[in-house]
Amino acid sequence: MSKFRSNGKREMPELNTSSLPDLIFTVLFFFMMVTSMRDVTPLVDVKTPTGGSEIEKLERKSLVSHIYIGPPARQFRATLGSAERIQLNESFAEVAAIREFVIAERESMFEKDKPLMKMSLKVDKGSKMGIIQDVKQELRKAKALNIVYSASQEKPKN
Amino acid sequence: MGKGKRKVPGLNQSSTADISFILLIFFLVTTSMDTDTGLPRRLPEWDPNVEEQELTIKERNVMTVKVNKNNEILVKNGKINRPIDVSELKDLAMEFIANPNDDPNLPIIEPYDIEGYGTVNTTIKHVIALETDRTANYEIYFKVQHELSKAYTELRDAWARRNFGKPLSECDPKTEEPIARAVYASKISETNPKEYGTE
Repeated sequence: MSKFRSNGKREMPELNTSSLPDLIFTVLFFFMMVTSMRDVTPLVDVKTPTGGSEIEKLERKSLVSHIYIGPPARQFRATLGSAERIQLNESFAEVAAIREFVIAERESMFEKDKPLMKMSLKVDKGSKMGIIQDVKQELRKAKALNIVYSASQEKPKN
Repeated sequence: MGKGKRKVPGLNQSSTADISFILLIFFLVTTSMDTDTGLPRRLPEWDPNVEEQELTIKERNVMTVKVNKNNEILVKNGKINRPIDVSELKDLAMEFIANPNDDPNLPIIEPYDIEGYGTVNTTIKHVIALETDRTANYEIYFKVQHELSKAYTELRDAWARRNFGKPLSECDPKTEEPIARAVYASKISETNPKEYGTE
């Protein structure tokens, strides 16, 4: 009868954790690959419009530069008012600065990617068309002709 | 003095997991996974010598879509001239672009040679002129662009189903899709912004 019964106390075997770091590193590398660094901190409030079937996913983030247009964020309202402003990189900019921005963005790309550059216009849906038309004219002058009106996919109503 | 061989003490690795956890959390915080989506468009090239070409286009080939400062959409072509709701725009645009009944008030249907396919009859000369007031709302403008884009996609899809026997999404993106794209080539022209609003 004593064949299966242990005699007295038995100690809990310790779990081998030597492969835990490898496991975590694998997860880490996975995240490093599928994510990209967070974009700039927004100075303008942007709620992009929603669309349906025509909305496409932007492949290859390295080809995309962003132009933000919208009313200044709450903390700037007191000094800047609520008229739409343009944000390039980390600061507010005027329409005339777009050309320089495009040139700088183009310079930072690989030679073969330059013609594929895309400008993503992240425009608040409450904006007036005037500023967008001005921006588009500047983009044409800067020869950045591929643009994307940033928008999110509409949730299907059912 | 030691005597002979000494064992190298093993490094304590129990904290490696903690270190990699910290790295992992750092990456989770500083990166974003959200994919950018949007409506792609191509701007016309800028030519400083040609300020604004006066193109002579036959009236039947033009459809004007106007968004005024009150965010109303006005559509004018050979058949209609009235303010519309944005939900009507797609069907009106599709009828205008395709001209299915060969209406003399809608764009002329002509044989058009497509490289790698042959000659098709299509309304290659049609133009959709989009005029937007400077004070119009961007969301309305976006919806107009989206509906026009949808009109083209549906026409191409129908054409692909008729001629290739499969929907556009299943067509070969290198060979068949460009052909369907060429049959109903997007001809949206945006007039230069008006300084003082329209009318």
